[in-house]
Amino acid sequence: MGAMSLAIDVRGLRFRYGSGPWVLDIPELTLERGTRAFLFGPSGSGKTTLLGVLAGVLKPDEGEVNVLGRDLASLSGARRDAFRAEHIGYVFQMFNLIPYLSVLDNITLPARMNAKRRARLDGAGVKETAALLADHLQIGDLLRKPVTELSVGQQQRVAACRALIGSPEIIVADEPTSSLDFDRREAFLELLFAECERAGATLVFVSHDRTLEGMFSRTVSLPDVNKAAF
Amino acid sequence: MLVLDLALKSLRNRAFSTSLTVGSIALSVALLIGVENVRVGMRESFSNTISQTDLIVGAKGGTIQLLLYSVFGMGSPTNNLSWDTYREWAEHPAIEWTIPYGLGDSHRGYRVIGTNEDFYRHYRYRGGQAIALAEGRAGSEVFDVTLGADVASELGYGLGDAVEVTHGIGEVGFLNHDQMPFTVVGILDKTFTPVDRAVYVTLEGIEAIHFGWEDGAPPMPGDEHTHEEVLAMDEIEITQVTSFFVGTTNRRDVLRLQREINDYEGEPMMAVIPGLALNEMWQGIGYAETGLRLVTIFVVLVGLLGMLVSLYTSLNERRREMAILRAVGSGPRSIVALLVLESVCLAAAGAICGLGLVYALLSAGQPIVEAQVGLFIPIRPPGSVEWLFLGAVVSAGFLMGFVPALKAYRTALHDGLAVRV
Repeated sequence: MGAMSLAIDVRGLRFRYGSGPWVLDIPELTLERGTRAFLFGPSGSGKTTLLGVLAGVLKPDEGEVNVLGRDLASLSGARRDAFRAEHIGYVFQMFNLIPYLSVLDNITLPARMNAKRRARLDGAGVKETAALLADHLQIGDLLRKPVTELSVGQQQRVAACRALIGSPEIIVADEPTSSLDFDRREAFLELLFAECERAGATLVFVSHDRTLEGMFSRTVSLPDVNKAAF
Repeated sequence: MLVLDLALKSLRNRAFSTSLTVGSIALSVALLIGVENVRVGMRESFSNTISQTDLIVGAKGGTIQLLLYSVFGMGSPTNNLSWDTYREWAEHPAIEWTIPYGLGDSHRGYRVIGTNEDFYRHYRYRGGQAIALAEGRAGSEVFDVTLGADVASELGYGLGDAVEVTHGIGEVGFLNHDQMPFTVVGILDKTFTPVDRAVYVTLEGIEAIHFGWEDGAPPMPGDEHTHEEVLAMDEIEITQVTSFFVGTTNRRDVLRLQREINDYEGEPMMAVIPGLALNEMWQGIGYAETGLRLVTIFVVLVGLLGMLVSLYTSLNERRREMAILRAVGSGPRSIVALLVLESVCLAAAGAICGLGLVYALLSAGQPIVEAQVGLFIPIRPPGSVEWLFLGAVVSAGFLMGFVPALKAYRTALHDGLAVRV
């Protein structure tokens, strides 16, 4: 198994906020490309912090964080921001959308921000790609609406479209279904999986809800890999 | 361009607070530029009042006082000069022309000025413009009166109307020269100077209404002169003038002539150079001007502080937005750029609206100010001072934008992708 086939390869990662106690202490964590990984753990086990490190927003204090073969720990803040813009799509638990932008503008935001994401639209226009993605996620009729008029489920689908536009290699989702009821969770996940598969993206999905575990190809229990978890 | 687009959409989303902020900046900028315009207008209007007059001569007293009562129709003259003294100086070889003024009476609050044809011939204002008649002729007979443009329009007088003169200067005098009515024979063109607000009669007319008033009180019964008696006189002897304007043959003689007049032994008198006296007057007013300008600058600062407060207090509810922007790849610097840009947009919009407001107010208020206080404020395209002010406001907006921006920068670094409270 070569290093390039790994989407994520974490070695000896340690992280803490300021001079507080260690929040992350992960000797080893690897995810192969194309994995649909289910990362679970109770609150306080460092889930959101780990995602922050993997997305390059937080800088590890020790160790290596190789994402797509690049060690984020060795990159400057600006380089990590650029890396995230190019390679990572992020979905929050809720309140994913910028309130003053339309649905379409929210979806196209990463493509407008990063030239490489824009270049990967396969020649199609930004708006056409956004419309296609929205169709796939069954929100094609909402593009012109202000985001404040959407239901929570619709907002999460818009957020998924935004994460997927320009085909980033890694999709990070931080409990994106916790505000949805059960039926909608499964429907949302199936749509998300289909799109990740279409783009060949690795999905890192975090949840404290193990009922969804069966739908994933790989499960990581954070309390098991993070020695700092309690 | 994306950041600008975001900034504009974000401001539009908060339309109410945005318009309040822009409105308060616009009002303060309008005040700043408006005050500047009025100041320049006043200065110009004052220095345009008189032109080509080298010296103003009157009884000894304050130089500014002489300027005020002779040129601006403000304040009261203290003493008169004798006609003989005036004639003596009028014949002086260095003097080309003079305009005698007899002051001290009024008509319904407007100053009555006794003068002669030299006024119509030599008086100049605003870069050498001469007095012109709109209707009728220049007064030359004893009971002729020529009205300034504002006097005629505000009191509704026309040619042939009778005008009474009040002794002293005031809206309601109780000592009226009512047995000596004057007749309107001419109305002057508008000059936008105090000339518009004065009533011109002849020096003989001034003498005639004061027959029997030599001790300063109305004539005793039996000592009065009637209109007819005055008209029957062959010649009315002029005894005094209040002040006179001097044009020299050669302007190089002005200082020497001034010294000569000030040293005159026949009568205590003085000569002032209008330009210098005006400057002296402005120096006195200059403190007030500086104070006024400081106040308006502070008002602009308060307007900008309002913007600062509004941006700063919005930051907490925008933490989600910042986290989302970070998640899609914005660096903390883009967050700073977004907030600074919002601040600059607010300041620029406020500055432009303020400029528009000034012109709207000026064009609406110009006739009113002119009618009420006789001050003509010229409307001209924004000059270097206005652009300087606008540039300063936008720059201040730029600098102030860094206060919320740096706060957002720290929050963005601290929050990362999670909003920690």
